[in-house]
Amino acid sequence: MAGEATQAIDKAELWGGGRSPFSVSYGKMMMWFFLISDALTFGGFLSALAFARHHLEDVWPVTESIFFHFPFTHAHLPLLYVALMTFILIISSVTMVLAVEAGHRMDQKAVVKWMAWTVVGGAIFLGSQAWEWSTFISGSEHGAYVMADGTMARLDIDHHTHSETLVNLHSGLEITDQNVIDQIKENNTLVKGANLDRNEYGPQLYANFFFFVTGFHGTHVLSGVIINLLILIRSAQGWYDKRGHYEMVEKVGLYWHFIDLVWVFVFTFFYLI
Amino acid sequence: MERDDIIEYSLHAHHDEESGKKIRKKIYFVTALLSIVTAIEVAMGIIWGKAHIDVDGMGWLTIKAIFIILTLLKAGYIVMVFMHLGDERKSLRNIILVPYFLFIGYLLFILLSESSFIFQVKEFIGWV
Repeated sequence: MAGEATQAIDKAELWGGGRSPFSVSYGKMMMWFFLISDALTFGGFLSALAFARHHLEDVWPVTESIFFHFPFTHAHLPLLYVALMTFILIISSVTMVLAVEAGHRMDQKAVVKWMAWTVVGGAIFLGSQAWEWSTFISGSEHGAYVMADGTMARLDIDHHTHSETLVNLHSGLEITDQNVIDQIKENNTLVKGANLDRNEYGPQLYANFFFFVTGFHGTHVLSGVIINLLILIRSAQGWYDKRGHYEMVEKVGLYWHFIDLVWVFVFTFFYLI
Repeated sequence: MERDDIIEYSLHAHHDEESGKKIRKKIYFVTALLSIVTAIEVAMGIIWGKAHIDVDGMGWLTIKAIFIILTLLKAGYIVMVFMHLGDERKSLRNIILVPYFLFIGYLLFILLSESSFIFQVKEFIGWV
């Protein structure tokens, strides 16, 4: 990506008017300005998450005890599904940048090919997120009990031995003493599933942030897939070939990379830490 | 009417097959780097996650710091290479990055210090 931006131009000429001092077109600069405002929204969301989890440190659940499901298996695989989603989004970002590169060579066929893969990657990510949401909303098999200190303990029942275990979602501690479990079952409140009203995994704020942060990001992915699809159709129809440049691909590429960028942060601050 | 006073910056961005090869090589390098860093993060999360480590000790603080550094590294490569911000003029790069980091850094500082205070007093003010 060379372009005019890499040429050495005298400052007086750059800022003298009649041209863009940044050597970018109007559309590209406006896309950057939009991305800054969008980044501030996400930054606000994640900062608010930092605020919430920091003052609820003593009850905030551990991610691995919540997100350990994987489609088509009952194995306990913490983090792996989200890691796969992250990987899919990174790869779709790569195919996007390859489409931009092909556009700079005016290679219409390659642009269409890479844009198509980008749309496919985005669609897979959206489907994965829908699965993640439905798993989170329906909750664990037997629900969780509210403990005296405000933390939650999930009830696990072994399918073969029928022995019961209470797993604390904050500390990971396991209670196997049947007498204690019976007592807790009798006296404590049972919560099952998560939504904006109740949350079996921990503080209500945890569920709220899960829905709002991943939901807001997912909305961006959805709009990104639709925009990519439109640009894919136009590239295939030869619009940009006629225009002489593929800058539209570059502009939607900026938006798509931004979505990947946000997910990198969501992955760290929601799932890892 | 044809206008000759508009500079078509997008036309300058074209490159030939040879430099395209170089650019693709860089893209593949960044792809490998992002994938490896993500794999390291996930492995660290599984081995040294919050559930297996003393959360109050220095160990968890170090792990958290490493997570944040790796994330910023990934973000840097995405913004500078994939979004081509590294190839733009320095003035454009600065007006995008500097105000953002100033603002978010300030916001985070305020929210985290207030949050620490609320954590200490929440039992007394009934805010749990």
